[in-house]
Amino acid sequence: MNAKIVTVTSGKGGVGKTTAVANIAVALASSGAKVCCIDGDIGLRNLDVVMGLENRIVYDLVDVIEGRCRLRQAMIRDKRFPELYLIPAAQTRDKSAVSPSDMIRLGDELRSEVDWVLIDSPAGIERGFKYAIAAADQVLVITNPEVSAVRDADRVIGLLEAEEKGNPSLIINRLNPSMVKNHDMLTAEDVIDLLAIRLIGVVPEDEAVVVGTNRGAPIALDAKSKAGEAFRNIAQRLQGKDVPFMDLDDQGLWARIQRMAGRK
Amino acid sequence: MGSFFDRVTGRKRSAKSAKERLQLVLIHDRTDLTQAELEALRDDILAVISRHVDVEPDAVQIGVERDGREQRLVADIPIRSVTRRRSG
Repeated sequence: MNAKIVTVTSGKGGVGKTTAVANIAVALASSGAKVCCIDGDIGLRNLDVVMGLENRIVYDLVDVIEGRCRLRQAMIRDKRFPELYLIPAAQTRDKSAVSPSDMIRLGDELRSEVDWVLIDSPAGIERGFKYAIAAADQVLVITNPEVSAVRDADRVIGLLEAEEKGNPSLIINRLNPSMVKNHDMLTAEDVIDLLAIRLIGVVPEDEAVVVGTNRGAPIALDAKSKAGEAFRNIAQRLQGKDVPFMDLDDQGLWARIQRMAGRK
Repeated sequence: MGSFFDRVTGRKRSAKSAKERLQLVLIHDRTDLTQAELEALRDDILAVISRHVDVEPDAVQIGVERDGREQRLVADIPIRSVTRRRSG
């Protein structure tokens, strides 16, 4: 096995990094791949609750790095998929506990264990961002169609170029099709034009994401959720499949009727 | 909010404002050039060029343009015509 290491980062906080990691991980795992997620946000652990694994934590990322446990002991097995794991962040430490070379070493060790390593980067462009991207073969920059998120994404893309982690791919998260239709939200095309990097997915705003997070069940498992479908498509594109982009303009009468009939 | 009222009053839709404002701010972030620095650069360039050719200072346009992830400095410097200078 020779895992591909993918880091999800954004600059700005709250745009959906953790949600994206959880959902892409679940989507990859449901296609039969072996996946390990790493929560890189030391001190602000969250990927565990989003994935619904918070009660199983014994060891964390810093324990592995500091040699208090073996790698396998810190890999929490997911309830739904036998080959989906999470290495949680340490909650009582800070970002200074991990260095870029620690992450490269850990990544290299994980390469022989799984097919995919997904790293959830902390917000910001400081130390946490630097160690989170250190081991990455590919970086996914996630943003919202909104001025501050796009501006921060552009900064991050510039830093990735400087760190020679070039060619990141873009996820546009929480696009609201009806606001776009009203010309009150940047379109996906606007954001791609501004940031000028390759697009890997557009995720529509979807209340089911909040519901899924409440339950610790990523919505990529929900066949009816549009956001879930978008995340499944991103997972497939990561695997090299050529999946057409979804038509998000579902504001038509027929789509509304279908939704009323199809969902609770 | 994008409403009929806005269209009648001619208020610009917010997405358009967002894109235009971002275009400017990203050029600034990427180049680390402030408007004042750009003015200073313009004056320096003008001073050098004026030593060799007679230009129209008021018609000079120097700005930063985006090309994908690259920025380029674009200068449009009209030269004052020799015949006009003689006749003037």
